[in-house]
Amino acid sequence: MSKHTFSIGGVHPHDSKISRECALEQLPPAPVVYIGVSQHIGAPSVPCVAVGDKVKVGQVIAEPGGFVGAFIHSSVSGTVKSIGPRADLAGRATTHIEIAVEGDEWLEGIDTSDTLVTEIPEDGKAIVEKIRLGGVVGLGGATFPTQVKLSPPPGSKCERVIINGCECEPYLTSDFRTLMEKGEQVVVGAALLQKAMGGVPCTIAIEENKPEAIAHIREVIARLGYGDMDVMVMKMMYPQGGEKQLIDAVMHRQVGSGALPISVGAVVQNVATALAVYEAVLKNKPLVDNSVTVTGECFPKQANLVVRVGTPLRYIIDYLGGIPADAVKIISGGPMMGRAVANLEAATVKGTGALLFLTEKQTRRAPETRCIRCGKCADACPMGLEPFLLNKLSKAADWEACEANAAQDCIECGCCLYSCPAQIPLLDNIRVGKGFVLNAIRARAAAAKAAAEAAKSK
Amino acid sequence: MSKLLVSPSPHIHSKDSTRSLMLDVVIALIPAVICSVLFYGWQELLVLGVSVASCVLLEWAITKYLLKTPSTVGDLSAVITGILLALNLPYTTPWWVVFAGAVVAIGVAKMTFGGIGQNIWNPALVGRVFLLVSFPTYMTSWSAPKGLFGADAVSGATPLGAIQEGLMRGSTVQELTSAYDYRDMLFANLGGSAGEVCALALLAGFVYLCCRKVVKPWITLSIFGTVALTSLVFWGIDPARFTDPLFNLLTGGLVLGACFMATDYVTSPMSVKGGIVFGIGIGFLTMMIRYFGSYPEGVSFAILIMNSVVPLLNMWFKQKKFGRK
Amino acid sequence: MNVLIWTIAVVTVLGLVLALVLYLVAQRFKVEEDPRIDEVEKAMPGANCGGCGFAGCRAFAEAAVKAPDLDSIYCPVGGNDTMAKVAAILGYEVKAKAPMVAVVRCNGSCEARPRVNEYDGYASCYVKSLLYTGDTGCSFGCLGCGDCVNACQFGALSMDPLTGLPVVDQEKCTACGACVKACPKRIIELRPKGPRGMRMFVSCVNKDKGPVARKACANACIGCGICAKTCTHEAITVEGNVAYIDPAKCKLCRECEAMCPTGAIHGVNFPKPLDKDAIKERIKIRQQKAKEAAEAAKAAAAEKPVILSASEESEKKEATNE
Repeated sequence: MSKHTFSIGGVHPHDSKISRECALEQLPPAPVVYIGVSQHIGAPSVPCVAVGDKVKVGQVIAEPGGFVGAFIHSSVSGTVKSIGPRADLAGRATTHIEIAVEGDEWLEGIDTSDTLVTEIPEDGKAIVEKIRLGGVVGLGGATFPTQVKLSPPPGSKCERVIINGCECEPYLTSDFRTLMEKGEQVVVGAALLQKAMGGVPCTIAIEENKPEAIAHIREVIARLGYGDMDVMVMKMMYPQGGEKQLIDAVMHRQVGSGALPISVGAVVQNVATALAVYEAVLKNKPLVDNSVTVTGECFPKQANLVVRVGTPLRYIIDYLGGIPADAVKIISGGPMMGRAVANLEAATVKGTGALLFLTEKQTRRAPETRCIRCGKCADACPMGLEPFLLNKLSKAADWEACEANAAQDCIECGCCLYSCPAQIPLLDNIRVGKGFVLNAIRARAAAAKAAAEAAKSK
Repeated sequence: MSKLLVSPSPHIHSKDSTRSLMLDVVIALIPAVICSVLFYGWQELLVLGVSVASCVLLEWAITKYLLKTPSTVGDLSAVITGILLALNLPYTTPWWVVFAGAVVAIGVAKMTFGGIGQNIWNPALVGRVFLLVSFPTYMTSWSAPKGLFGADAVSGATPLGAIQEGLMRGSTVQELTSAYDYRDMLFANLGGSAGEVCALALLAGFVYLCCRKVVKPWITLSIFGTVALTSLVFWGIDPARFTDPLFNLLTGGLVLGACFMATDYVTSPMSVKGGIVFGIGIGFLTMMIRYFGSYPEGVSFAILIMNSVVPLLNMWFKQKKFGRK
Repeated sequence: MNVLIWTIAVVTVLGLVLALVLYLVAQRFKVEEDPRIDEVEKAMPGANCGGCGFAGCRAFAEAAVKAPDLDSIYCPVGGNDTMAKVAAILGYEVKAKAPMVAVVRCNGSCEARPRVNEYDGYASCYVKSLLYTGDTGCSFGCLGCGDCVNACQFGALSMDPLTGLPVVDQEKCTACGACVKACPKRIIELRPKGPRGMRMFVSCVNKDKGPVARKACANACIGCGICAKTCTHEAITVEGNVAYIDPAKCKLCRECEAMCPTGAIHGVNFPKPLDKDAIKERIKIRQQKAKEAAEAAKAAAAEKPVILSASEESEKKEATNE
C-alpha cells in the first residue's frame, strides 16, 4: 500500500483547487489594522501597549494571559489608536488593538531578507522558547499555541513529528503555495521541530493531488541533507488534515477520546506553522503575517496573499476587486470547516487561512426532508459515530445519552451533513450536544478535583 | 450581492439527495422492467402501470388528505415501491388485485408508520405477501413467458412450486430439475413473477447501484453466500430431496429480493456488520422455508422477518468508534 | 370426564400457587409511601412541565410532603389555587404569591431592526447563538427562531410573522419559566401580572452604548436615563446602558413610558391609551414646582444659615454620641 489514509469514514468532496497556480503575493499593509487579543485557543492575551504608543512591526503588543496563551506582535508600524471591543467575523465583541499604519518599520534584530538559514541550534529548549516569544500558534485552523504542544506533559514522550501538508479541504491552496515557494524554509522549520522534540523522526504528509509539492519537498530534503525526514504520500480523503485522522494515517495509532496526540507519541504541526517556526527561531521574525487563499469559482481574481495579521477583510477583498455580484457567502477558511463571515469589517487573525466566495447554488442549504436511514452519515463519520442518532438525542436534549454515544468525540468536520441525502442539519444539532456533554465532563472533573482537595485538607 | 448568507459549517453539500438516490434505484430497475415487458408483453405493462400509478397516487392522497403534511411523492420512493410490487406479481394479475396490493404496500406498510424512513417492513413485500395470502389463486398460477406479441400463455407453476408439488408426488429433485436449463433462468425464459425471470437484468441493475455507491454490496453478497452454502450442505446430504445451490440462487425471486428489496435503506441495518448478519439471516431463513416450509418460495417472508429485527441489529452492530475499544 | 376434572384441578392448583407467589413477592417488595404524596399529586395540574424546579408533578408532591413548609415550593402553573389545596392536604399555611407572566423584552421588529445578513442554518435560536450574534445589527436581541415557542407546553407563545418576534398569550401563560430557560439571549423574563394585568417593562436588553444600539434598532433602549430621572418611585435603574423597571416598586404611573425617547418602555393592559402630552405636562408642572420649592428652600436656608447649621450640628453630635 503506497498511499496512506485514515481507517474510518471520510468523504471526498470535489477538489476545486482553482487558485493553485497563483503565486504567493505580499499584500501591502492596510491603513488601519485591528489586532485581536484572542486569536488562539486559550486565555486571551493582555495588551501591554497604551493608546498613543508608537509601535514597530514585530513589537510585542499583548502578552499571554495564561499557560495556554500566546504573545501577540504588532504586524505593522504606526500608532496605537484605541484598545477596546470590536466585532469579530461572527459579530461578537472582543478586545482589539487598533493601529494606524505609518510606514513599514521593522523592529531591530528581525531578519527580513530571503537568505536561507539552515543552522539548527543545539538546544531544544531554546527553540521552544523562541517559538513562544514569536507568538507562533497552530495555523491549521485550531490556533493552539505551538509551544504548549511542544512541551509534552511529564510521562509522555514524542516519537514522531508530523508536518501536515494535506490541505484536504477543497479550494485551499495556501499551504500548497507555501510548500512550492518556501519549501526550504518549511523543511528547516520541520528540522527545528524535530530538534525541539529531541531528535525524533519527522514525516511530511502531502496528499496525492499535489505531486509537484511532493517532488519538490523530496528534492529539498535530499538537498539539505536532513536525516530521519521523509515525505508520505496520502490518499485524497477529507478530513485527512484532522490531527487524529492524520496520526492514524501516518502512525496507525488512534488517539483516545479526550486525549491529546502526545498520548500516542505524536506532534502534528501544519506546514504554515513550520514556516512560522523557522521564521521565529532562525530569522527572529514573530508571527505577524500568514498566507491567505482568496478564491471561489465566482471570484475573478484568485490569489494566495501574504497578509498582515489584523487586516480588515474588506481591505483584502477590495484589493482584489471587491465582492463579485453572484457571491452570497464569504467563508473564512475552507468550505467544510470554515466560518461564514457575518461582518466584513472584521480583521484577519493568525489562523485565517482563506477567504472563499460561494454562490447561492453552491452553498444554499436545500430544505430538510425525512431521514431515510441510509446510514451515509455513519459511513462518512471519521470518528465512527452515528450522527443520525446523535442528532436525535441532541434534539431531545438527552445529554447523558449523547455522552454515552460519544458526542464529545465529534471533530465537527462536517462529513455527516455533507453526505446526508435528506439535508438534515446533523452537525448543527450535534454541536449543541457536544457542547453540553463537554460542559458536563468539565463540571465533573472540577467537582472531582474539589472533592479531592477537600479530602486532602481534612 | 444583497445580504451575506451565514450558516454553520459545512458550507457545501454532496450532490446526493433522497430523490437522486431513489432515481438511481429506478434507473437500476429499468433493465428488469424492459426485460419483463419484452417477455410478458402488454399485460405486464398494465400491471406495472397500475402498480406505480396507484402507489404514487395513494401516497399523494394520504399525505394531502389524511396526514396533512407536505407531499413526499417527489422523492420517488413510491415509484420504486410500485415497480418492485409489479415485479413481484405475475403478469396475469388483474388490475384490482394490483391496486389492493398497492393499498396495503403504501397505505398500511408505509404511511401508517409515518411515511418514508419510518416503516419497519419493506412496503412492496408487505403488499406482495398480503396478496399471496389473500389471492393465492392469482398469485401462485404462473404462466410461461409468451413474448411481447406472443400467443396466449399456458398456465403452470414456477420452478420452485413445481418442484415442491413434484416432491409431494414422490419424484426426486434430479428428475424435476432436469426440466430446467440454468441458462433459461439467467436470461428470463421461465415462468414466474416478472422479477423472477431475468436474473441477469437484475444483476446488471445492482452492479449499477454499487458503482454509483447507492448501496453497499454486503447485504446482497451475504444473502447469496448463505443461500449457496446452506443449499450446498443440504444438497450434499441428500440430492434427491434438496435442490442444488445454483438452482436456489436463480429461482424464486432471490435475485430481486437480495438486490433490491433487502437493500432498501429504511428497512436494512446501517452498519456493514449488521448488514452481513441481516443477509445471513435472510439467506438461512429463505432456505429453511424453501426446504421445510409449506410455501415453495421463502425470500419475501425471510426479508420481512429480518426487517423486524433491524432495530436490534442496529443496536448490536455498531461501527467501531475512533480511538475507543 | 376424567380429563375435565384433572384440567380443573391443575388449573385451580396452579392459580392458587401463583397467587401465593404474587402475594409474597408483593409483600417482599412493598414500598412504603406516604399516602399524602398521591393526594398532593392529584391536586396538581399534571402538566409535568418542570416549572417548579422539580422533575414533574410527582417529584413536586414528594418534595412538598417532605418540606417543613411551603415557602420555597411553588407551582407556577396551578398558582395560588393549587397551592391552597396542597396546603390543605398537608396542613401547612400558604402564602399567596402574585401571579406571574412571561414578558418578551425585545421589540426589534423586522421594521425597527433591519436584517444585515441571512441565516441559513438549522432554525434554532440556540444553534444560531452558538454560531454568531444574529442576523441583525443588535447582538442582544431576539434571534427569531422560536426556541421559546417550542419550549412552551401550554401554547402560550407564538411567533408573529410580521415582527418576527414571539408573542405571549397572557391567558394561556402559566409562568412555568420554560421559555426563560430556552431563550439563549435571556430576553424573556417572568414578571408579576400586575393589577388587572397592568404592568410596565422595558422591552429591550441591548447593553450597547446609545448610538450603537439606536443604529441597530429603532426601538432599542439607549440607556439615556430619562426614565430613571422621571420616576418618582425609584423603580427604574439603568445598568450597562439598559433600563430596568423593578415591578415591586413601580406604581404604574406611566410617566417613564411617556418620556422614553425610543418607545422602549411598554405599558400593557391599561384601560386608556397613553396620553403622552398630558403626562408630559404633568411632569413639567411637577418639576417646575419642585424647582420652585428647591429654590425657596435654598432662599430660606440662605436667610438663616447659622441657626440651621447649628441645629444640624447638634443633631449630628447626638447621633454620634448614641
